[in-house]
Amino acid sequence: MTGNDVIDIIFLSLKIAATAMVFSIPIAFIVAWLLARHEFAGKSLVQALITLPLVMPPVVTGYMLLVLFGRNGYLGDLFHALGIQFAFHWTGAALAAAIMAFPLLVRPMRLSIEGLDRGLEEAASTLGAKRLTRFATITLPLVLPGVLAGAVLGFAKALGEFGATITFVSNIPGETQTLSLAIYSLLQSPSGDRTVMLMIAVSAFLAIGSVLVSEWIGRRMGKWTRQ
Amino acid sequence: MTDQAKDAKIEGQGLDVAVEARLDQFALAAKFKAGPGLTALFGQSGAGKTTVLKMIAGLVRPDAGRIAVMGRVLFDAAKGIDIAPADRRVGMVFQEARLFPHMSVLRNLTYGRWAGKRSATTDIGRITQMLGIDGLLERYPRTLSGGEKQRVAIGRALLADPALLLMDEPLASLDQQRKREILPYLEEVRDEIGLPIVYVSHEVDEVARLADTLVLMADGGVLGAGNAVEMFSRLEFGPALGRHEASSLLTGTMARYLPDYGLCEIALGEGCLLYIVNERLAVGDRLRMRVKARDVALSLSMPKDVSVRNILPATIHDLALDDSPFVEILLQVSGQMLRARITRYAFDALKLGIGQPVFAMIKSVAIGQRMLSGKL
Repeated sequence: MTGNDVIDIIFLSLKIAATAMVFSIPIAFIVAWLLARHEFAGKSLVQALITLPLVMPPVVTGYMLLVLFGRNGYLGDLFHALGIQFAFHWTGAALAAAIMAFPLLVRPMRLSIEGLDRGLEEAASTLGAKRLTRFATITLPLVLPGVLAGAVLGFAKALGEFGATITFVSNIPGETQTLSLAIYSLLQSPSGDRTVMLMIAVSAFLAIGSVLVSEWIGRRMGKWTRQ
Repeated sequence: MTDQAKDAKIEGQGLDVAVEARLDQFALAAKFKAGPGLTALFGQSGAGKTTVLKMIAGLVRPDAGRIAVMGRVLFDAAKGIDIAPADRRVGMVFQEARLFPHMSVLRNLTYGRWAGKRSATTDIGRITQMLGIDGLLERYPRTLSGGEKQRVAIGRALLADPALLLMDEPLASLDQQRKREILPYLEEVRDEIGLPIVYVSHEVDEVARLADTLVLMADGGVLGAGNAVEMFSRLEFGPALGRHEASSLLTGTMARYLPDYGLCEIALGEGCLLYIVNERLAVGDRLRMRVKARDVALSLSMPKDVSVRNILPATIHDLALDDSPFVEILLQVSGQMLRARITRYAFDALKLGIGQPVFAMIKSVAIGQRMLSGKL
């Protein structure tokens, strides 16, 4: 495996993780908002469903994705009609990464929404700010640390996702072979490859870096927004 | 003027509140009218004062009733009117300031303009100077003291061009020194801006000093409402205003300063003089003084050999006599009402009765400086 191959793999991994985040962050925020601010029937069911990817064997999650979003799956048909294909496609890897990272996104978002002093929104309303303005000027800036911290953690998780991805979209070089899957393949071959050490280092670096950035955002912005 | 015309006039200038609501802990039914100036909602915690304030602001919705400010209906359950808080033009100062932590003081102050689209009729420089916060504009809320935060919150509400200002115990979270620091600013807001203010408090001192109209609340209802000076003189509100704190409000004019003694001579009326200590008064200043009932002593004849210099000729106007060791007496002093509390033992010994002329004695120190309000 050449250095260019490694770079391609890294870029594919980043593309998959970024796509997963772009689509799942808004959804996670809405879900976190509903859980934090609203009471509705089936709330505990939603909570359980979101936590599931954390506790279920990733292989099982991947298999369920295959059943649902595969070529003959119920949702797979639907998306196919819309021109979106998941099975054995990099978008499928992004979907798997998004599902697996979802609980990590929702939790910090929910905590920061719950931690927001609603009195500030009341104060803003008495000063003439309508709902959307209140959200944009008070709510969003104040929950942003939680949203960003969640996003960075989720990104790191999406970057390293393995079990659900390999089960759902297989390990296709150039299409679904992310960093983790490439490392796995190289470790399987008896000859070994020195590039594997590079990839492991890159992987570890990205993970540690993400956690540090997430911590830093939490600290930095937390200080800034504290009363 | 007929009563109806009078009512309409009051409504056009002030506040008309009649609300009912069943809340988690208690039932609330409050009804009162207030003219311009400062209206104090006074009562123990849990009386429903803050809830009434939030209803006026639109943050809590009453089950029934009507709320009108300066003739503008904000809420009318019968007609289905419920104007959103953002459109009420009702400024609110909360107990805990509630400044936006991620914005500078200046951004906080102007929030009503850039986020609330309120008109910029009030001059920022004037408000910040009046509240003494013109040096804080670049700072962030977390770096401010409690008193500074509260002053910024008052400025923020004023700069959002309100038609009415609500204040929910703005001094409650502050220590005595900070309270003393802010009170003059509140008086300034009341007198200089000319905005009707509704002020929630459970401190008799604050109410005595600030209120033009007093609304007494207890257990989710209104015990009585009216002119603050009259309300203070009504004996039946003694328990509600606090037995220990029972007092009356006297209005007077600074007549002359006695430099040798450091005393101010205050004229309550024709030939009726009080002596108090206050370095800030100028001749001609009108002021309101609060005298606690327990600081007033009575004499049947003009006392000659006592140290007390404040000896006012008075007539007993009313009295409340029961089995308690004390008798509450309402005196008429130069057209004003003064309360006195004496023991029943003394009352019997002097054989006092309604209509009887007496002399009321008040020690100068009992009319402390912090009980004085500025220009009326």
